[in-house]
Amino acid sequence: MMKGWSGMSKMKLNLGPQHPSTHGVLRLILDVDGEKILGCEPVIGYLHRGMEKMAEGMTYLQYLPTVDRVDYVSGFFNSFAYVSAVEKLLKIEVPERASIIRVLLMELNRIASHLLWLGTYLLDLGAVSPFFYTFRERELILNYFEKISGQRLMYNYFVFGGVRQDIEYIEEIRPIITTVVEKLEDYEKLLTDNPIFISRTKNVGILERGEALAYSITGPNLRASNSHLDFRTQSGLYKNFEYKIAKAEDGDCYSRYKVRLEEIRESANIINQAVDLLLCKPGDVNIGLNPVNITPEAGEAYADVETPRGLTTCCVKSDGSANPYRVKWRTGSFYAVQILPKLLIGNMISDIMSIYGSLDVMLPEVDR
Amino acid sequence: MNYLYCAFIELLAKYNFPEGLALIIFPLLPFCIVAIGLLVMVLFLVLAERKILGFVTQRKGPNRVGYWGLLQTVADAFKLLCKENITPSGADKFLFTLAPVIAFIPVMLVWGILPYNAEFNLMSTPANLIFYIFLAFMPVLGIFLGGFASNSKYSIIGCVRAIAQAISYELPIAFSLLGVVVLSSSLNLSQITLSQYSVYGPAKWFIIPSFIGFVVVFISVIAELNRCPFDLPEAESELVAGYSTEYSGMRFALFYITEYSMMFANAAFIVVLFLGGYLSPFGGYLSNILWGDSITANILVYFEQTFWFLFKTFIILFLFILIRATYPRLQSHKLLKLSWTILLPLSIVNLFICMLIKFIGGAAG
Repeated sequence: MMKGWSGMSKMKLNLGPQHPSTHGVLRLILDVDGEKILGCEPVIGYLHRGMEKMAEGMTYLQYLPTVDRVDYVSGFFNSFAYVSAVEKLLKIEVPERASIIRVLLMELNRIASHLLWLGTYLLDLGAVSPFFYTFRERELILNYFEKISGQRLMYNYFVFGGVRQDIEYIEEIRPIITTVVEKLEDYEKLLTDNPIFISRTKNVGILERGEALAYSITGPNLRASNSHLDFRTQSGLYKNFEYKIAKAEDGDCYSRYKVRLEEIRESANIINQAVDLLLCKPGDVNIGLNPVNITPEAGEAYADVETPRGLTTCCVKSDGSANPYRVKWRTGSFYAVQILPKLLIGNMISDIMSIYGSLDVMLPEVDR
Repeated sequence: MNYLYCAFIELLAKYNFPEGLALIIFPLLPFCIVAIGLLVMVLFLVLAERKILGFVTQRKGPNRVGYWGLLQTVADAFKLLCKENITPSGADKFLFTLAPVIAFIPVMLVWGILPYNAEFNLMSTPANLIFYIFLAFMPVLGIFLGGFASNSKYSIIGCVRAIAQAISYELPIAFSLLGVVVLSSSLNLSQITLSQYSVYGPAKWFIIPSFIGFVVVFISVIAELNRCPFDLPEAESELVAGYSTEYSGMRFALFYITEYSMMFANAAFIVVLFLGGYLSPFGGYLSNILWGDSITANILVYFEQTFWFLFKTFIILFLFILIRATYPRLQSHKLLKLSWTILLPLSIVNLFICMLIKFIGGAAG
């Protein structure tokens, strides 16, 4: 065996797939020399459910409830990607009110997802309390989702041509958002200037902009590396809303934390505007399409959405039958796992969790 | 103490026991009291930690077993007793079994050293401070052996971290203790306590002249206890459970009890060194008012002293728990850097300050 600089011989450390902080079943094969990481190979596929192949044996409607499971903490986004792709195939327009409701729910979901990330990230870093604090606020949002859709995680609320039914309890949204934004300041007090938190995250796992683009990193991970790329600006969905794009320069774990916190604020901003619009613009929320046995013309359609974890796209190919010929998903986390070896090599074992956690990888999204 | 001894003999004579029996039992009695009393205290310390963590994170904490969850830890301990002791294949069976015992035995001894009140001090040897430092280091050897004998990679990383951490944090503790030794001119914990006595309560507690030493010892003790934010040897999010990954059942329970009893012992140690030990923060004032010169005053004063000792210890323990609830974990190399570049120089500075104070005090007196 080779002797390393620390006097310990090199060893292979198998981190996962059943490890407390991989949040799912990621396996990292690490070459370590003492505490230093010399090599890293992520192994994925432990959560593969065959979501793409499954679609080929189902009708368009049958597949709809399952797409929430692509990433179970941001179900609305996956739903939206699939539903818009099928709408493009069917060449139908969505009523304006339905679009606003979709934006509203997706932004609420983004906040819930970022809160989950914040709590589990701090748990990975060894702080126990923030986990409970963020879950407390996430609970408010999930309770609201439960009220309108009957579900806490797998909503199945979007249908082809709109949403299932008009949104209820609109007046309850604003207090939730106010509470979340207020509590956000508490988190910042606890974390932003915390010397241990800074030493764990600042200048750790630096991801340069060029590198991030080369690896197709999207979402908050990319925007933390000094980039403006946000796919919300390129979709027509958000054209009525004013918001800033959260951005940070350094590309380290701390920047990714900053960007996500800022995104929660911006989402709260969008939600407030959406509530205003919903209150003054009544109208249809779907086109009354009978979704059973819809048969789009042969062709291919593609839809993308900026999820909390980057760009998610759904590509649906139809051969004119009742089942999709092929469905292809592209998810942000898959690319974030790809960059792990690049970021981890040369760091210490204790940095694994600060880097891996900061990328906000959601394993079901990686494996589909 | 004579008063107590006479009372004990009278009690035995009342039930027709021979006097010789009292001679044998009486010296053993305090050891039993300490061992049983403090093991019970550890059980409730675990509960207190979970309750306080629950309070900080807006939960209720354990509240199902017993009234207000009081029996939760007892239930947990019973569960661990009933569990199978698994020895992983490839582990060194002898060392693997021995390690928790090595970690646990010094803890029982450490409790005997602490002066709980003016009379109740089981091992009042002239230099029991040195003995304490020695014993307080021993559990780390148990941790190291346990991690090393488990034949698991996570355990090995955990135990290597534990040893590196212990070595780096022993030095700042030792240097800060030297400051106290200089101030009190004694290596005996009872003497150190007594030399902090003044009629004005806390006026002569060593936290005032050696405040830097207090801070250094406070931080280093947390590191030596492997508690958050220095819980690297058992960092559950990195190393699964660190050195105790392969342990189960009663062997794991021994490690667990060791951790919490060392936490109690070290908090008490800080109290003895810097916060006046069993001395009342009101000087003799309060006890004069409460029981004056009555016949039972002698024994009541001992109870009062024990109360203050435990009270101060619990304040320190409460701080330990609050720190655990607040901070994330440090990186291992930054942890060592903190010790060698900040705490060690600070403790040496503290030693010089203490020497200077002693010198000036000696010249004035």
